[in-house]
Amino acid sequence: MSEPWWVSVIKALVIINLVLLTFAYTTLLERKLLARMQLRFGPNRAGPYGLLQPIADLVKLVRKESFFPTAAIDAPYILAPVVSAFTALAAFAVIPFGNGWNIWRYHVNGVVANVPISLILIFALGSIGIYGFIVGGWASESKYSLLGSMRTCAQLVSYEVSLALSVLGVVITAGSLSLVQIVHNQAHSLWYVVPQAVGFLVFLISGVAETSRAPFDLPEAEQELVAGYHTEYSGMRWGLFQMAEYVNMITLSGLAITLFLGGWHFPFAHGVDFLGPLWFFVKLLALLFAFIWLRATLPRLRYDQLMSFGWKILLPVATVNALVTALVVVWAN
Amino acid sequence: MSPQPVDTLKGFGVTFKQIFKKPLTQQYPEFKRPVYPRFRGRHRLWRHENGLEKCVGCSLCAAACPADCIRVVAAENTPENRVSPGERYARIYEINLSRCIFCGYCELACPFDAITLGNEYELAEYDRDDQIYTKDMLLAEPIKRVPVADAELYDTPIPYYRAHS
Repeated sequence: MSEPWWVSVIKALVIINLVLLTFAYTTLLERKLLARMQLRFGPNRAGPYGLLQPIADLVKLVRKESFFPTAAIDAPYILAPVVSAFTALAAFAVIPFGNGWNIWRYHVNGVVANVPISLILIFALGSIGIYGFIVGGWASESKYSLLGSMRTCAQLVSYEVSLALSVLGVVITAGSLSLVQIVHNQAHSLWYVVPQAVGFLVFLISGVAETSRAPFDLPEAEQELVAGYHTEYSGMRWGLFQMAEYVNMITLSGLAITLFLGGWHFPFAHGVDFLGPLWFFVKLLALLFAFIWLRATLPRLRYDQLMSFGWKILLPVATVNALVTALVVVWAN
Repeated sequence: MSPQPVDTLKGFGVTFKQIFKKPLTQQYPEFKRPVYPRFRGRHRLWRHENGLEKCVGCSLCAAACPADCIRVVAAENTPENRVSPGERYARIYEINLSRCIFCGYCELACPFDAITLGNEYELAEYDRDDQIYTKDMLLAEPIKRVPVADAELYDTPIPYYRAHS
């Protein structure tokens, strides 16, 4: 079942572009949906229904002056957004989106890189991505950026623990760290949302915190702060940070689908498995909608609430969930 | 008051329902909300029915203007060149609309109701120089771009200097 290297390269190119396209239109979807939920229209000037708005935004960001503070430390200041955006995009490489197809003489896998420890890889990449946020704030040499990156750092580190622990239940049930294997295990059994409902909930909540979106968007609480760690960034460097955040959100939704929602499988029917990417995309849209819905509904948490919620509620729940799952699995065997 | 989690879930219901409601936003360039009849927009200068200008160049409006945006240079009327019924007329009458605060003191100060504030508010220009309105521009009949609400709808009386100018 091996595939020639150039197929992987093509696939990687296609996936990156699709993820970037999804990112661009997620921003539009978010603005539109938020607007509708607040009885506004949202962007509707650029093109029909505002469909060209992301392109207009891109052109504006690219043409804008990339302001550079004199005090900033050059190399990390420039590299930070690149690192964040790169890790966010790279994480998508291991998320399976289809069963694989036989096209002509070649077999094409439904994943860019089939790594046996892909789950760990995703968490590792996510942790490196946090460096982008921290270093970017620090290298700006501005006290507001530094404070912002401290906030981001504290939040991401605390919630990463619960995120990793909530996934443990799925790993124990599936007996594998490979995302491809986990999806295959869900083909003929219940999706892991049902046995791992608690884990799913914890994963979603800490995932929202991990991607720093409302109601956990304290790193860039726009009504209270200037912008957090990217205060001193502008133009496309800022755009890269923004991209990293949205792509993280997409990757996290993809991970949630893979781990809990049966990946690219359609419920109860396996004749349509060749349409895997479509089902994957439908589920992705549903989760993105949930993210936006959450943002439109819940007010932002206070910082102490965020910390106590993460450490005192989410972490114990995730731990107990992992322990109970482990016990049940051992018992069943 | 229901318990906290129930309230939170109710909130989700509210935001979801909102999606299907009609947005309240007024689509501005296509839809212009009619302005209040006494809305103070761009100024107008007026003529008498016989074509003579009402302004006699007394500069009282310029004196009353708190933003100092009106410039009047008067000249004597002569039998050959009679512009206004009075002794003098405004040879130059300029309003710098980038300074004007639309307070309406000029129309209060004017003894001949020669200047009033109209209803136009779309006054953006690409050049600052274009914000200076000359006498010809102020005298010209403005392009009807702004809908005005029916005065009958409001019980505030239209002052004399607006109603009869």
